[in-house]
Amino acid sequence: MKIRTFGRHIKESLKSLGRNGWMTFASVSAVTVTLLLVGVFVMIMMNLNKVADDLENDVEIKVFVSLDADEEAIEQLEEEITDLAGVESADFSTKEEELTDLVLDFGEELSLFEQSNPLFDVFYVKAVEPQQTETVAKEIETLEYIENVEYGEGKIEKLFDFLNAGRNVGLILILSLLFTAMFLISNTIRITIVARRTEIEIMKLVGATNWFVRIPFILEGMWLGILGSILPIGLIVVLYQRVTEFAQPRLSGELFQLLEFSPFIYQVSALILAMGIFIGIWGSFMSIRKFLRV
Amino acid sequence: MIQMKNVYKKYPNGIVALNGLNVEIAQGEFVYIVGPSGAGKTTFIKMMYREERPSSGQMLIDGTDIAKLKSRKVPLLRRNIGVVFQDFKLLPRLNVYENVAFALEVIEEKPKAIKERVMEVLDMVGLKHKAKMFPRELSGGEQQRVSIARSIVNTPKVMIADEPTGNLDPETAWDIMNLFEQINSKGTTIIMATHNRDIVNKLRHRVIAIEGGLIVRDAAGGDYGYED
Repeated sequence: MKIRTFGRHIKESLKSLGRNGWMTFASVSAVTVTLLLVGVFVMIMMNLNKVADDLENDVEIKVFVSLDADEEAIEQLEEEITDLAGVESADFSTKEEELTDLVLDFGEELSLFEQSNPLFDVFYVKAVEPQQTETVAKEIETLEYIENVEYGEGKIEKLFDFLNAGRNVGLILILSLLFTAMFLISNTIRITIVARRTEIEIMKLVGATNWFVRIPFILEGMWLGILGSILPIGLIVVLYQRVTEFAQPRLSGELFQLLEFSPFIYQVSALILAMGIFIGIWGSFMSIRKFLRV
Repeated sequence: MIQMKNVYKKYPNGIVALNGLNVEIAQGEFVYIVGPSGAGKTTFIKMMYREERPSSGQMLIDGTDIAKLKSRKVPLLRRNIGVVFQDFKLLPRLNVYENVAFALEVIEEKPKAIKERVMEVLDMVGLKHKAKMFPRELSGGEQQRVSIARSIVNTPKVMIADEPTGNLDPETAWDIMNLFEQINSKGTTIIMATHNRDIVNKLRHRVIAIEGGLIVRDAAGGDYGYED
């Protein structure tokens, strides 16, 4: 196609947006609402995933060494643990170090216990894959000189179940919203087409190709999609800026963090724009098909 | 040049519009298609530019069966055929010049060539001085002349007219016919469906009479022949 022709198509599509003012407004609003919900949902889901990942990576097995283990036994135990399949690391911490940590966390009153330390020596074991944590923990339990083994059983699994359920519900919601927006756009384009029927008829009679007739409508659908994504992108950028401003200082030093503002929010914006363009083009494509069979 | 062989057309609603029609029209001919309403005139005409396709039979133009043409080739066929309607089919929001230029724009002609050619045909139909006016500001005859200008602007080999004088008073109708004569004299084949007895009888050309989807009479220089 010639560039001159393309310029003509763009002009035509823009003119048509103005002529069908109310329908344009209606479908742009529909796209706006849809994309805003999609955007917020994506933002929440991605962050929950991040939190889950962070928590998951933080899962460790706490191995309490029995009191009757001497230094030699402890050394041997360390070797045995690190030799187990799926173990990434095993950090040893004496009961004195454990108490110091406790005092740091809970206050000076606990330093009373320095006279007779009731704690155990501890190994902090990390599995290579978080999913292996349970198996590794069970194996450690069978070793000698083990007083007790602790890990966050059940909690992570629950978080993941919750996330998956949320994702499914959200997907269904978003798909139906996208469908509605597409339907509205395709209706708007249909009204545009009906209004320009004679024009299309004449175009076809004097030998315009199907693409020549089609492109202005497809462009019009694309504009509807782009216009509909402006507000959602703006709102989401502002919203996420506020969220990160609020959350970042409060979460510093915690086990999990939210996703950084950049590039995450730019990726979400690009996704919203792409979806707007897609539903716009697809919506108009669906409604032109019928009118071109001459 | 145009050849129909056993063209049969049955619409989805069961109506048989053409019932095995055979005809041959040579390049440069001027042909009237006459017959009562519902005889199949319009279907006959629509076959020529593939607005309709035969249910069976062949519709040949220059030896190609256009019924079998791939749909993406149809635009190319139509660039060689000009069509004029009873109701003009002008675009109300475009002025005279733009209406005519439209036919060249959609086939992506060069802007310079468009301007020259449009002024040329507007001159031919005698509307050069009204190029900036809009269809609603023109009389019926003038509007029809604009639509004729549009149909011949890309120099088609065939011009097809469906009741081009149907909405015009007798005097204006004759103006249009003079224009057709002029176009025909330059070698363009003209196929015109009409109910206008006066014109057919005075301006003698080949007459093809259609009734019940069949050709009942085909006479060079024939008369209208109906009492309606």
